[in-house]
Amino acid sequence: MSVTPQDVEKVALLARLTISESELPEVTERFSRVLNLVDELNTIDTADIVPMSNPHDMEQRLRPDQVTRGNNREALMASAPSQEQGYFLVPKVID
Amino acid sequence: MADTQLLTAPVSELRQLLSDRAISSVELTRAFLRQIELCNPLLNAVVTICEDHALKQAALADKQLATGEIAPLTGVPLLHKDIFCTHGIRTTCGSRMLAEFTPAYDATVVSKLQSAGAVTLGKCNMDEFAMGSSNETSFFGTVKNPWDLNCVPGGSSGGSAAAVAAGMAPLATGTDTGGSIRQPASLCGITGLKPTYGRVSRLGIIAFASSLDQAGPMARTAEDCALGLTVMAGVDGGDSTSADKPVPDFHGALSTDIQGLRIGLPKQFFNDDLDDQVRARVLEALAELERAGATLVEIDLPHSHYAIATYYVIAPAEASANLARYDGVRFGYRCDDPKDLEDLYLRSRSEGFGEEVQRRILVGTYALSAGFYDAYFNKAQQVRRVITEDFHRAFEQVDVIAGPSAPGVAFPFGAKQQDPIAMYMEDIYTLAVNLAGLPGLSTPAGFINGMPVGLQLIGRPFDEQTILNAAHRLQTDTDWHQSHPSLGDLAS
Amino acid sequence: MNWEIVMGLEVHLQLATQSKIFSGSSTQFGASPNEQADAVDLGMPGMLPVLNEEAVRYAVKFGLGIGARIGERSVFDRKNYFYPDLPKGYQVSQFFAPIVCEGIFEVPLEDGTLFPIRITRAHLEEDAGKSVHDIFTHETGIDLNRAGTPLLEIVTEPDFRSADQAVAYLKTLHSLVTYLGISDGNMAEGSMRCDINISLRKKGSETLGTRTEIKNVNSFRFVERAIYSEYERQADILENGGTITQETRLYDAEQNVTRSMRSKEVANDYRYFPEPDLLPIVIDEAYIEAVRATLPELPGAKRQRFIESYGLNDYDAALLVPHHDMADYFEAVVKACDAAKPAANWILGDLSGALNRNEVSISESPITAERLAGLITRIEDGTLSSKLAKQVFDAMWDGEGDADDIIAARGLRQVNDSGALEAMVDEVIANSPDQVAQYRAADEAKRKKLSGFFVGQIMKASQGQANPQILNALLLKKLNDQS
Repeated sequence: MSVTPQDVEKVALLARLTISESELPEVTERFSRVLNLVDELNTIDTADIVPMSNPHDMEQRLRPDQVTRGNNREALMASAPSQEQGYFLVPKVID
Repeated sequence: MADTQLLTAPVSELRQLLSDRAISSVELTRAFLRQIELCNPLLNAVVTICEDHALKQAALADKQLATGEIAPLTGVPLLHKDIFCTHGIRTTCGSRMLAEFTPAYDATVVSKLQSAGAVTLGKCNMDEFAMGSSNETSFFGTVKNPWDLNCVPGGSSGGSAAAVAAGMAPLATGTDTGGSIRQPASLCGITGLKPTYGRVSRLGIIAFASSLDQAGPMARTAEDCALGLTVMAGVDGGDSTSADKPVPDFHGALSTDIQGLRIGLPKQFFNDDLDDQVRARVLEALAELERAGATLVEIDLPHSHYAIATYYVIAPAEASANLARYDGVRFGYRCDDPKDLEDLYLRSRSEGFGEEVQRRILVGTYALSAGFYDAYFNKAQQVRRVITEDFHRAFEQVDVIAGPSAPGVAFPFGAKQQDPIAMYMEDIYTLAVNLAGLPGLSTPAGFINGMPVGLQLIGRPFDEQTILNAAHRLQTDTDWHQSHPSLGDLAS
Repeated sequence: MNWEIVMGLEVHLQLATQSKIFSGSSTQFGASPNEQADAVDLGMPGMLPVLNEEAVRYAVKFGLGIGARIGERSVFDRKNYFYPDLPKGYQVSQFFAPIVCEGIFEVPLEDGTLFPIRITRAHLEEDAGKSVHDIFTHETGIDLNRAGTPLLEIVTEPDFRSADQAVAYLKTLHSLVTYLGISDGNMAEGSMRCDINISLRKKGSETLGTRTEIKNVNSFRFVERAIYSEYERQADILENGGTITQETRLYDAEQNVTRSMRSKEVANDYRYFPEPDLLPIVIDEAYIEAVRATLPELPGAKRQRFIESYGLNDYDAALLVPHHDMADYFEAVVKACDAAKPAANWILGDLSGALNRNEVSISESPITAERLAGLITRIEDGTLSSKLAKQVFDAMWDGEGDADDIIAARGLRQVNDSGALEAMVDEVIANSPDQVAQYRAADEAKRKKLSGFFVGQIMKASQGQANPQILNALLLKKLNDQS
């Protein structure tokens, strides 16, 4: 399966990555190579096989509804790139 | 005890020395810290050295040793792959994105090892976000293989493997998503174990591919790995995917009796693609096991050639979502002067992540995107089940499955950078094991031109004991695991 | 206009659990920013979700409450997109296999009929945090206290054909979830948020038009207005031969218009895939039955019972049932005084009036059910005339005691004694010969009017305490007797 640079750019936007004009051809080429590798999957028939998310087909455990965490804001926000008055800050978003 | 002997002694021996009070934990810790100081400038295996923290822990351990309160690893120094969050200690995941990140919490594995008395020497270099098989993608530079400084140590737990091989620590933690413990262990001539998926908690381990990641011990012997696993393993209420299975005393139950052990050799692992010399080393190792009472059986894993395609859809897909949280908002790298929100995202991520990480995010995003989900992601999950069933069927006939850990020995830097696929092929023998969630280890199996080769042993789900026993028996009958590079050559 | 409006509603309901759906942080409203956001809520490296059992129970309760099929094996999925109040860069939701599957929800309309709405599904998901745009000049502040609060997203088929139906649905839903105790359903506080999918089509057409989505409308009134204004907007475009753009819009209450959401312009491909950090939720019959056993009497059943057991009419029942506190209050009153219709009247009339004026809820009412029952009993047994009852009610509200206390303190006992009343009638007749003559000379119709004069006089003389029924009978007898 080959992809065009435009396809790559669309995917990059979904993933919030930028690819410079100069890098785009090589990125596209290497990306295509990986896709060629995975296209191998088309050669096997898997009709009726249940997809496997977890290797042991386990079931979800439940936790009791209890508050077990208090305020740890200071420690957790210590690595925040930008904060004020307890808020994380980002450039203004207009809705 | 002479320095080199001490630095290359297995944990089991060091424990004895500590409990005999022949050496103190502080002395032992200093010895390894010194070795790190000497060799790390050349090898670059350690990203963060925790001297003060280590010595404090060692002093505490000595107090406990004095009163006889001995936990399984009291006073034993170790290194953590820099993917394990360590409270108050920088955790970089080999990435610019987390170059300044200091977690406010410990990974469960870290807590467990600490409770068992281990002393944390520092954090090991690794491929960025665990994506790689050569430790060449790290933001903190490449790691050199102590056996040949022109060669890679393997990856992604390259720093951990190199450090143990170079005597910087007797034990290191690693993680394995597609082979990242086993392949570097093989390339560096040490023993490395990837437990069954769910055996060890993933809480606090920076996630790469959630349904494949597993943490495990890397050390000089199978016995040490058994000890490490016993401490690291156990269900964790904070990790929904950790299995509620009792943890055997792997170390206590370690045995050299492998009479009647049926070892399956997949014909797909031993086909014409396998390098002749690697084949020879692996078969020699298997011959040893045969001499010890095991029987070798040819088995068929008919869909194993799909493993690489399957893995390179599932792992990048899960990773693309796991890495979406790195957006410059709450922690981690943020670009300078973001103009608006989109600029913040685009530049923080493009500047914070390296090329291989970005490539895998793109592949993963693509595989999940509208129109492709069925053909790629869903399909891969189906093939995953098919591959897994091949293993389960094989385990009806055999107890252990064996083969090479890697297609070759350590390769020179840059040798596999041209084509991403060439690098991906390094894990050709290990990937399927993660897809099936099985336990697997690599144990030293001779040398080719002086460079280590690894034998991979794969077990039934939750049957780490059997593969540990087999490796332990091999290590009893051979001495490949006792070889180490000349440590003097590593000092700068 | 020959346009038919077709709507489907998506309601996001905050479940009233103590802790969040995937972490042990508190869900309490009103904390300072980020004080109720732990490492899991913040999406810090290495953090993993663990599922809250109460959220599961609440979801199943809801499913049983609407008679829906419960998904025996439901799965969480990641919904991937970037937004600063979404810490992980994905929302954990349920896409492929929800916990509650299809059901029918019967909505009582104002005309008394039941309108069946098809519920497509209801699924569990986590709430996002809050973006605050008006505190900082050049920045948006992110507060993740709300991130991880459990939500139940309830999706209907496009069965709505009018704003009234939509509002009725929301009110009935509110009633159901408060009865079930799974949510306080408070739209103003954001614990029940409504997204409306609207499209128009020519009357009689079978195909659906292009729809727009109006997000996060947070009051019944705004829902109504938003629907009207979007209808106008779309009808206008279609009338002029234009086409509707499929997009997300917000309702601007001040301007009473809907606006396109700029931030959602970038087309989103959510790339749903099963959440690998969580495993399927497996629910068996035993669990379902155990939850079923904890269900309270639901509004529909209670409404029926009120009509049948208490002889209430549809109208009164429809007003008493939606808020279970009121329904319980009503039953407590009736239990104590055994007069259902008067109880309904007092509660829906004077009591509701007083509660609304004073902005007090019925559970905080200064007049307890027992005391209201006491008042009603005194009216029913003739001790208190209905004219004076209001005075007693007001005195009770002001804390002057129970009905008996007030009647005694103010001497309000109704005069029921025929002898005493007869004496009063005689007196008035004796003192008003002209009016008596007028009365006796008048015809039937005029007599009715004129008798009011005498009644008024006696009421004044007795300070309103004359029993009106006995008085009337005696008065008429005396007046008519001598004609």
